[in-house]
Amino acid sequence: MTATAPETEAPDTAGLEAVFEAAVAADERIEPRDWMPDAYRATLVRQMAQHAHSEIIGMQPEANWITRAPSLRRKAILMAKVQDEAGHGLYLYSAAETLGTGREELLDKLHAGRQRYSSIFNYPTLTWADVGAIGWLVDGAAITNQVPLCRCSYGPYARAMVRICKEESFHQRQGYELLLTLSRGTPAQHAMAQDAVDRWWWPSLMMFGPPDDASAHSAQSMAWKIKRHSNDELRQRFVDICVPQAESLGLTLPDPDLRWNEERGHYDFGPIDWDEFHEVLRGNGPCNDQRLAQRRRAHEEGAWVREAAAAYAAKHGEATA
Amino acid sequence: MTGTTSRTTVTTVVPERAALALGDDALVLSHRLGEWAGHAPVLEEEVALANIALDLLGQARTLLSLVGDEDDLAFLREERAFRNVQLVEQPNGDFAHTIARQLYFSAYQELLYGQLAASDTVFAPLAAKAVKEVAYHRDHAEHWTLRLGDGTDESRRRMRHALDALWRYTGELFEPVEGLPVDGPALREGWLGRITGVLERAGLALPEGPQHTPWAAGGGRQGIHTEPFGRMLAEMQHLHRSHPGASW
Repeated sequence: MTATAPETEAPDTAGLEAVFEAAVAADERIEPRDWMPDAYRATLVRQMAQHAHSEIIGMQPEANWITRAPSLRRKAILMAKVQDEAGHGLYLYSAAETLGTGREELLDKLHAGRQRYSSIFNYPTLTWADVGAIGWLVDGAAITNQVPLCRCSYGPYARAMVRICKEESFHQRQGYELLLTLSRGTPAQHAMAQDAVDRWWWPSLMMFGPPDDASAHSAQSMAWKIKRHSNDELRQRFVDICVPQAESLGLTLPDPDLRWNEERGHYDFGPIDWDEFHEVLRGNGPCNDQRLAQRRRAHEEGAWVREAAAAYAAKHGEATA
Repeated sequence: MTGTTSRTTVTTVVPERAALALGDDALVLSHRLGEWAGHAPVLEEEVALANIALDLLGQARTLLSLVGDEDDLAFLREERAFRNVQLVEQPNGDFAHTIARQLYFSAYQELLYGQLAASDTVFAPLAAKAVKEVAYHRDHAEHWTLRLGDGTDESRRRMRHALDALWRYTGELFEPVEGLPVDGPALREGWLGRITGVLERAGLALPEGPQHTPWAAGGGRQGIHTEPFGRMLAEMQHLHRSHPGASW
């Protein structure tokens, strides 16, 4: 795609729009300097910012266990994972910046509660097994959502997702392996693993967003090839993957309605508590206040450090840290 | 097994006190840096501090494994059995305290591993790898010392305060450790030169007074620690201790 907006007056918007639509239809990538509809740009900024914020806020529930990890090997794995999440946040903020926004601006919106992050990170990590459940279920759901984003129509986002998905798959296998070790460990460890899966299963299903008939942005995002599959399709795919994995883990999923449907060739599953989902999105989940407060505190307490780096850079002609 | 007849391999004697001392330094500092996760002033520092913590944890695991089971040593020893210097167990404080602690310790560790890498001891292979990691840690700490010392009035004040507050814990770095083949006085001289150079470039004075007055830290190598350390271990060890004999 090569069309760019003319520098002078009266852009031929209809013509530009046609070039854009044709590029999307031909599965070409839209790049930062290409013309794009304002609404496409705004949707991408919203989605990429929310994605970046989720990586940053998502560090908290896992970092909660770094200082208590029960073996040095697990501690190293967890530290590396949380570090990767910070790195993913950095990629995604950079990708969002190609759309003419800035990391500072996006962080300000997060801190002001004007941009969201994934609802899942508003749940607490109460035991060590939660670290495994997050790896297996939460990262598993994220991968199911994100693999199609590797083919997203916006080039910088798609390329960021390729890198991120590789690392996420690794984290997911580590989470599964952590749960497997607990499941095959002492009775207390097995119970800890089961309890964690019981608490994380439904929130993980909510990560795919509202059902298709209630999803505000879905149709347009699919038309623009930002999204490739509907929320319900991806959720079903995730359930189908998880059920046999839970069996091989020796753990159960907390859904009495879960059973194989021969006719559909999929697992049927019980109803999701959408009231809970909306409450969490509205800020009324168990950890919403805590997560945002910690993020704001880190930012505010770090202000003098960032100011020092900027002042030093100005004095010494160095790029700001 | 052929029994107790001739042995062709040379038995490498591990100086346990020295391995524990170095391993515990790395373990405890790694833990403190891990506490920063999710709290750093800028995303790049989330990555950098975790990276340093991981390097140190890797060093700790290698060193502790020379002595015994790494997890038994990390999670089942009492406070009085830990051999780390008191510097590394100091709470993170603000970012300047963390950087000052990193500056003092990484400069020491780089010189120490430099000597060990050239030695004919069991520590040489580890030190040869670690000295590269530690050079990065030292570089990171020096850059931040410059930025904070030569940044704003506020950052200069905080950096000076942190350097002063932790100064008393630096003398202990150069006490002799049983089985550690290093030239302590030479290490101290090189360290002081390094620190003095950085602080001059940052426009900061070397903290006043000799390292051993008015009160200087000591005793970490003998298992005498500061009050925050016990609380740190309580957090670090509680889960492991709650499930005796479990695998993780």
